[in-house]
Amino acid sequence: MLCAHWSRLRRVSSRSCCATALRSTHSSTRLSSSPERIMKTFCSVWLLLSVVELSPAQEPPLPETAEDMASTGDLEPTHYPARRAAQVALHYLNTRHGSPFRVFGLQQVHKASAEDVEAGGRKYKLDFSVTDWASGSAGPALRCSADVLFPRTERHSAPDVKLRCEALQQINRTVQEEEAFYQKHIPPDSAVSARDIPDSYGNMSEEMQPFWRLARVAASFIMLRESSENTEFNMVQMASVTQQESSEEQLMLEFVVLLHDLPSQEIVQWKLLASWSPDRGVRVLQTEWQPRCPHATKPPN
Amino acid sequence: MTLARKFYSSKMKGLLVLTVLFVAVFGKKTFEGDQLLQITAKDEAQISLLKELSEQEHLGLDFWREPVHESLPVDVRVPFHSLQAVRAFLGYNQIQYNVMIMDVQDLLDDEEREMVKYRSFPRSTDDFVYTTYHDLNSINSFIDMLVAENSNLVSKIVIGQSYENRPLNVLKFSTGANRPGIWIDTGIHSREWVTQASGIWFAKKIVTDYGRDPVLTDILSNYDIFLEIATNPDGFAYTHSNDRMWRKTRKPNSGSSCVGVDPNRNWDAGFGGAGSSSNPCTETYRGPSAHSEPEVKAIVDFVKSHGKLKAFVSIHSYSQMLLYPYGYTSTPAKDQAELHELARKAVTALQSLYNTRYTYGSIITTIYQASGGTIDWTYNQGIKYSYTFELRDTGRYGFLLPANQIVPTAEETWLALMAIMEHTRNNPY
Repeated sequence: MLCAHWSRLRRVSSRSCCATALRSTHSSTRLSSSPERIMKTFCSVWLLLSVVELSPAQEPPLPETAEDMASTGDLEPTHYPARRAAQVALHYLNTRHGSPFRVFGLQQVHKASAEDVEAGGRKYKLDFSVTDWASGSAGPALRCSADVLFPRTERHSAPDVKLRCEALQQINRTVQEEEAFYQKHIPPDSAVSARDIPDSYGNMSEEMQPFWRLARVAASFIMLRESSENTEFNMVQMASVTQQESSEEQLMLEFVVLLHDLPSQEIVQWKLLASWSPDRGVRVLQTEWQPRCPHATKPPN
Repeated sequence: MTLARKFYSSKMKGLLVLTVLFVAVFGKKTFEGDQLLQITAKDEAQISLLKELSEQEHLGLDFWREPVHESLPVDVRVPFHSLQAVRAFLGYNQIQYNVMIMDVQDLLDDEEREMVKYRSFPRSTDDFVYTTYHDLNSINSFIDMLVAENSNLVSKIVIGQSYENRPLNVLKFSTGANRPGIWIDTGIHSREWVTQASGIWFAKKIVTDYGRDPVLTDILSNYDIFLEIATNPDGFAYTHSNDRMWRKTRKPNSGSSCVGVDPNRNWDAGFGGAGSSSNPCTETYRGPSAHSEPEVKAIVDFVKSHGKLKAFVSIHSYSQMLLYPYGYTSTPAKDQAELHELARKAVTALQSLYNTRYTYGSIITTIYQASGGTIDWTYNQGIKYSYTFELRDTGRYGFLLPANQIVPTAEETWLALMAIMEHTRNNPY
């Protein structure tokens, strides 16, 4: 079941082009500007080609998505097109600056705009604020700006993010906690393992918080890579963490995480191997999609 | 001995024991073999002796009532290891005492057992614990208790049966006959646990505030309120027994090994369009036909036969949004301007409590395109004030919202609900 759906998630971005072509023939109010006409022609051609690709597929045709009618120009900051792009920027921010004591969450999008770019993708310009979940509600908001480019390619490829956040360098206060955490778990006899963090009732012990944050940061690598204009990912649970033998002075952790995609409402499970140290930060070494029901087969990769 | 017993009523004992229990819980001590002695000094000299005794730290004496004056009894918990020494001291000095509690730990164990019993089976909705997540049995007990305690105001209606034959219970809050109504449902998506938990809180809030809060009392003088807490009971039971992340109903799908239909894609509003899935193995599977799910059909039948519902609120989580129709089409709702303005007011009220940020707008622009949704259908039936909430949070914990956020979530959401209900009451149509 998830095989079918997973490939759907990956293909949506390319099929959205096809859908745009169909949509524009129906909409009555749309002005046909030059870039739109080029887009239409391109999409019609692509549509013809993709019919050949689509016929052997087993899953049913995708529902057409309204996202494909998304406007170019200024976007409503509280609506989903801007929010999804901001979430992508946030995943990027966490891959670069997340740690066991720092995970950023989106607070608010202030301004957003989008434009189609020559290579056939869409670029979002965003102005937004983030907060550090580790510092609780007392933490200050950080102002960021980002360019998020969603490519329009036949097979899904990761969005490209350029990000600037003010005062990022100034929040170094977690150095001591990171060192202490590192020293505690780097010795060879440390063998942390846990399941279902948080549990069904939202409980999470103090001890598990840094591991949960590491899982969230590591998951951000996957969420960033898998994102498109039609997805909106969050991590719902660290299903398990198993400490592996340390390597090259890095904490080695194997995680299984549950991700939630808002538009499709699907829960997707990934296993991943990540390393962390205060100096090198989080690195993700291996990822593996895991089916959640007995009938699913692996996605075409 | 009897005099002391009388004085030591069970209430007094209970209070003191609870204190010890607290100490026990937080100090992680046990009190096996410890005894509670009540000492009666007959003169100043004996009081001095007792004061000296209290200074012997190695004895570990725990005075519940210190030696002060010979007219006042002295209560002391004596640890097991000091019993012989203390009793010898008292005997030698001819100081009178009684053993009030033979073994403190035994008493604590009894109290503990009582408390556990009390936790599992609250005796009233005042005993009920609102700060934790409950299972279906607990919710149904709550419903019955609430009705029993407030039979003038509250009744239970069973609007149908789920696929697995569970009753679909709706609480009706009514102060008179033939009134127009306001509908609230929670838990249509079973994994959204903060919604059912909030529904329980709302039910209690209504009975508490009726007769006290003038706005709510006025609303109930003119409208009935209907509240369905576990709108998808089969799914909810499944989240407890098998899969915490289950969203849909539990009806099998013919020709597929995958179970369940998304009850919020199964309504006859843009049914089958973009924004729902035709694949039974997906979370947004719309079902074989509109209203195919008994959980949905029951509400449809209720709404149609009632005929006078004026507001309809369906509650979900997560995302922190207040949404109005449509989800299946980008055509704006006829009453878009009014719905938008009311949403703004409701969200402002919500935010005033804990500064929780909500966004608001139509479903299709704000969250995503969704066809066959509840409030699109109710709106098309003529229920103008049709809204969907997405409660806390915005993705940090998502469906696994910590229980300590249940009550704050319910409290702030209630302010928004009151704004919607008040507006409905002031704008009859």
